Amino acid sequence: MEFKEKLISSYLAFEEGLDLTDTVHETRANALKIFEEKGFPTKRDEAWKCTSLEALIQQDYSIFPKSEISIELKDVKKYFLYDTDTYKVIFIDGVYSPFLSNTTHDGLDVCLMSAALSKPKYRKLINTYFNKIAVAEESLTALNTSYAKEGAFVYIPKKTVAEKPIEIIHFSSGDEAALWLQPRNLIVVDENSQVQIIERHQSLKEHPVVTNSVTEIYVHKEAYVDYYKLQNDLTTASLIDNTYIVQEENSHASVHTFSLGGKLIRNNLRYFHKGERILSTLKGVTILEGKQHVDHSTLVHHSQPNCESHQDYKGIFSERSEGVFNGQILVDKIAQKTNAFQQNNNILLDDKATVNSKPQLEIFADDVKCSHGCTIGQMDEEALFYLRTRGIPKKEAKALMTYAFANNVLESVQLPSLKKRINGQIARKLGVNLGFDL
Amino acid sequence: MLTIENLHAQVEGKAILKGIDLDVKAGEVHAIMGPNGSGKSTLSSVVAGNEDYEVTQGKILLKGNDLAELDAEERAHLGIFLSFQYPVEIPGVTVTNFIKTAINANRKAKGLEDMPASTLLKKIREKAKLLDIDSKFLSRSLNEGFSGGEKKRNEIFQMAMLEPSLAILDETDSGLDIDALKIVANGVNKLKGKDNAVVVITHYQRLLDYIVPDFVHVLFDGKIVKSGTKELAHELEAKGYDWIKELA
Repeated sequence: MEFKEKLISSYLAFEEGLDLTDTVHETRANALKIFEEKGFPTKRDEAWKCTSLEALIQQDYSIFPKSEISIELKDVKKYFLYDTDTYKVIFIDGVYSPFLSNTTHDGLDVCLMSAALSKPKYRKLINTYFNKIAVAEESLTALNTSYAKEGAFVYIPKKTVAEKPIEIIHFSSGDEAALWLQPRNLIVVDENSQVQIIERHQSLKEHPVVTNSVTEIYVHKEAYVDYYKLQNDLTTASLIDNTYIVQEENSHASVHTFSLGGKLIRNNLRYFHKGERILSTLKGVTILEGKQHVDHSTLVHHSQPNCESHQDYKGIFSERSEGVFNGQILVDKIAQKTNAFQQNNNILLDDKATVNSKPQLEIFADDVKCSHGCTIGQMDEEALFYLRTRGIPKKEAKALMTYAFANNVLESVQLPSLKKRINGQIARKLGVNLGFDL
Repeated sequence: MLTIENLHAQVEGKAILKGIDLDVKAGEVHAIMGPNGSGKSTLSSVVAGNEDYEVTQGKILLKGNDLAELDAEERAHLGIFLSFQYPVEIPGVTVTNFIKTAINANRKAKGLEDMPASTLLKKIREKAKLLDIDSKFLSRSLNEGFSGGEKKRNEIFQMAMLEPSLAILDETDSGLDIDALKIVANGVNKLKGKDNAVVVITHYQRLLDYIVPDFVHVLFDGKIVKSGTKELAHELEAKGYDWIKELA
């Protein structure tokens, strides 16, 4: 049986134990219809030309996680943000781990999607936001919605600054032969509020795992969301990350995506504006080797005047790794005085590494400032020679230049301990110790 | 210090250096002058170990060590320093972090521990003062947005920090106004001593009023066609390079 058929036929089993009269369930059933109709995207879809899921979906996966897998804290502690106190919502093979988590309902809600979906006190929030931010027609999102049950739920009420960052971590234990995970996160940040979130997906053992994740983020007036995606997984793990953000006036939503490891990663990051004077920031650093593949597909839809968006993605590719960047900026006729900037710079360290970069600007307003730039190049030999004449060995010189290249993305990381950690990860990846943090 | 014997070098199959002999002793300052395209910058690149150039004949020895098989960084560890005519901009790396990395890389090559931060900072302050460099300048990205004068001053600052045995200054005077030229020359003069040597590569005699050479060589078409003392530089200034071409 094809995996698609399995997903559809297993739905009845999934429904057991769920309240079928619930409006959420109607949403799920509708989503399944969309997925059934559309199926997995193929290379014939324009948006998936450079990334093929075919090899992934030819395998079979377990879609119902076994419950009660326990992991010792000492085995996963290194994946947490050390030296910073955080809220934690931790899952193992898709199942919530109360032991590893640190949730709260004190002044803000950092808890489980399953709780939000079932408890009456969250009903209004769920009805207002669940599957309302996502583009419901996208087939992978529809697939996620149809099985949406667990994930992180965050609600920051008005005029509240979340004092601790929130870590959302999905571990896969490797106890299943092959695992297909579909976490669903909803984050609502009310007026004048602030939150910082770190999300990662991590396999603990080499085993095939595919995560098809959907995160919906609603940013109300004057609110600020600072979101970090750490993608540094094993080469047996693949991730399709679908993140949708709706922003209201005077809000700022920033997403940093660090793609440092994994088999296949696709980041669908979509921004929608519902007010003026919005700032949207999208940044990414991708460093790959082996046969890894990372595809960043971004959309910023400027549908209101006086808004600003900044996209800055850097990629460093060695061996046979592949990078894709597809950056879409849409500026509606009404969205005058839009400032939209996009930059995608890549370095290829080996002849066999490839990058496909495609800026896609569709501008219907006449009084706007939009720019895009894309470079694909090799390491600057002259600069390398300059560093080497100062006694810096070739390998360190290359690392230093790689750091320098990625630096303007790193420097906007607001959490010092996270910045240090990413610096360390990049240094380890490059096999050097530069002795300082940039 | 530096001995060059019958050096021939080419780039992309084109011969640039066609038999250079040069002997620089510790404590000496040599100037290499010549018209554009005579091979001055090639000579400095070849000595520093630029892999774009291929040495086809001859030898370069530093303190008796044959440099033929050594990479640029290994030559630096032996004590060669090249001040670039066009220093490369490296956004994202501050001057201080760059110098720290360079110093510790050189120490590591000598089997020494990293320089303690306090010693390093003291040294940075001392050398920055010598070259009239503002401390704000040290936290800027290396050469990024620097004026011509700032770039050259930064080169000499690096030289001061690294304390090389042999400093090659490639067109250090280009792009400098007279005040900057004096500061740079003054820096070089303070750094030179009986144990190190300086090779100044320049088109014009101007810099040699401030860094006074013991010997002047004239390079033309890949060969040294005339050598002399500092008076030769004045002669070149007065007569231009045309008469040199007849010597070749």
